[in-house]
Amino acid sequence: MNIDDLEDLAATYRAEQGDADREVRVCVATACYSSGAPGVIDALNAAAPESPSEGEHRCKVKGVGCMGLCSVGPMVAVAEPGADLRESTLYRNVVQDDATEIMDNARKPNAGPVERLLCPSDMPFFTRQRWIVRQNSGIVDPDSFKGYVAVGGYAAMVRALTEMTPAEVVAEVTTSGLRGRGGGGYPTGLKWSTVAKMPDAQKYVICNADEGDPGAFMDRAVLESDPHRLLEGMAIAAYAVGANKGYIYIRAEYPLAVERLKTAIRKAKRQGFLGHHICETQFNFDIEIRLGAGAFVCGEETALMASVEGGRGHPRPRPPYPAEYGLWGHPTLINNVETLSNIAPIVTNGGDWFAGIGTEKSKGTKVFALAGNIVNGGLIEVDMGITLREILFEIGGGIPDGKAFKAVQTGGPSGGCVPAEHLDIAVDYDSLKTLGTMMGSGGMIVMDETSSMVDVARFFMEFCMDESCGKCVPCRTGTQQMHALLDKIAKSNATHADLALLEELCEVVQATSLCGLGQTAPNPVMSTLRYFRDEYEEKLAGPSAATD
Amino acid sequence: MQRQRPDLPSADKRWKLVNATMRRNGYAEHALIEALHSVQDAFGFLDTDAMTFVADSLDLPRSKVYGVATFYHLFMLKPQGRHTCVVCTGTACYIKGAGALVEGIEQRFGVNPGETTEDKSLSVMTARCVGACGLAPAVVLDGNVVGKLGTDAFCDRLQQEIAE
Repeated sequence: MNIDDLEDLAATYRAEQGDADREVRVCVATACYSSGAPGVIDALNAAAPESPSEGEHRCKVKGVGCMGLCSVGPMVAVAEPGADLRESTLYRNVVQDDATEIMDNARKPNAGPVERLLCPSDMPFFTRQRWIVRQNSGIVDPDSFKGYVAVGGYAAMVRALTEMTPAEVVAEVTTSGLRGRGGGGYPTGLKWSTVAKMPDAQKYVICNADEGDPGAFMDRAVLESDPHRLLEGMAIAAYAVGANKGYIYIRAEYPLAVERLKTAIRKAKRQGFLGHHICETQFNFDIEIRLGAGAFVCGEETALMASVEGGRGHPRPRPPYPAEYGLWGHPTLINNVETLSNIAPIVTNGGDWFAGIGTEKSKGTKVFALAGNIVNGGLIEVDMGITLREILFEIGGGIPDGKAFKAVQTGGPSGGCVPAEHLDIAVDYDSLKTLGTMMGSGGMIVMDETSSMVDVARFFMEFCMDESCGKCVPCRTGTQQMHALLDKIAKSNATHADLALLEELCEVVQATSLCGLGQTAPNPVMSTLRYFRDEYEEKLAGPSAATD
Repeated sequence: MQRQRPDLPSADKRWKLVNATMRRNGYAEHALIEALHSVQDAFGFLDTDAMTFVADSLDLPRSKVYGVATFYHLFMLKPQGRHTCVVCTGTACYIKGAGALVEGIEQRFGVNPGETTEDKSLSVMTARCVGACGLAPAVVLDGNVVGKLGTDAFCDRLQQEIAE
């Protein structure tokens, strides 16, 4: 199969979709799904006439991926086929009883939108975004192989397999300047070329879909909305580095995403887009799903590999890095979901196109999950280099209930809090580090004036304490001691000596832990101490402080 | 020579599902977590019989199987109640009052996270983030995500589910 054949196939699939000239799209990702989207789909289907009257639009009801504004789900979009979110009429908080009205207005050419449900698609939340990873989210049916091909899916893979050498693919990714989206920010092209250079005949590609950071749900939305995009990215990666077997390590806490991935893999295999002789080329690549079982540490790459091998998720020292000595001792490429979902557009549009977006050292876009005390909670994809203020106050709509902003937490349990005075910083890998936090996988938790920063630090320390795998001493006992000290401070029983001890422990645990979990566990404490030290000091002024 | 696989522990048909999972993976060592998942899907928890059967089938030391089963939070070694309620305690849910929710459940039903009520009607657990932050505070009730409910409203809902 060459690229022309694929285009013919896409045209066939588009024709098969029928002559509907209007789509009523209902979000079926987790947040909307649990808020009642399946019922809304049934009601819309029931309300759709068998055959439209003369002069009316022919409407088709379709379940689609995440539209982003998860806090007001279920979301429904009425759009021309192929139109994106900004060109749609968007409805929020839709219930079954609204279906008839929505359907009636959708099919009558002169009827306006249903005003009371309207969610303005020209608000900054939608207009300020740029969709690369989420290009198909909210537009294609995640369970439909044909739907993905119809919008140009798998074109990048077919192009890579038939028109490019593996080295050319790696070069394109290197040119793009793409960096790992899981939080580390390691240059993807460099990682690929390291694995590609290894002489071993057996290599693996692993997709890290163990999205463990609390408050982060970007990868889940990608998996639930556009699973084929990930499979395509993995296949291209495997071709580039010379692997023939892939694993997707995904959390068992994401049942819907697991189901959609399984469906996608089955359909892609049946159509010859995965498996032996993919698209009639000499390239073989098979993907298997591995379920996590609720261990945060398995997001760390060496622990993840131990878990794929069926053991306890214990990390091991690096080097050797997985690129040299990975799964069962073979060279292994491990990339995050979002990283791999960027690959198809890079191959299609070229590395230079991607490198033209973002900042000098952080290219492209990043998907962020906005949650906590914020008006527009949900998922956004924005250019690297946008300021935090723009994200939170323009796109996010600010803090609800007239409260004042206090801090935004980025990077999950490995990150830190950014206070109001630094909101104008440009968001990229390096600038966030200077503030003592990190990009992380993309969760942003917004806190208003009522949140206690000592409590937040204690919350994250409790998380790290519970999730420490117990292999190395600094992390295993250090997190416990730090948690005990934070608890003491939060309960106003601590002295200045306790605070000094806490700070010392932070440094020790950071410097001596085996893996990323322990090394970054002190970050939330250190960052809240840096910006909100007065809150700690205030607590020290409790009863026992007098004896200090 | 092919190693002798152990017989199924009983005539219970669910063992065949477990066995099928291991066979699909060629009884390889790395199928351990998959096998334990299938035991838990079929039986609701992992008992000694099940872990012994998996260990013998995959030719692994029992200590390794027990080690893995206890390492991962998701595996349950005790039978669960008729209803399970997993309260998300991720950051977004924490900010939106997950702590109060856990306390409310404890007061109303007398169970702490990780416990099951005496009449085996309800098991309560906490999760580190179910990724439904837009619905905070989120609870996974019998596999379905329920969100945006205050403590009282949620406890009422739970009581209703149990009564049914």
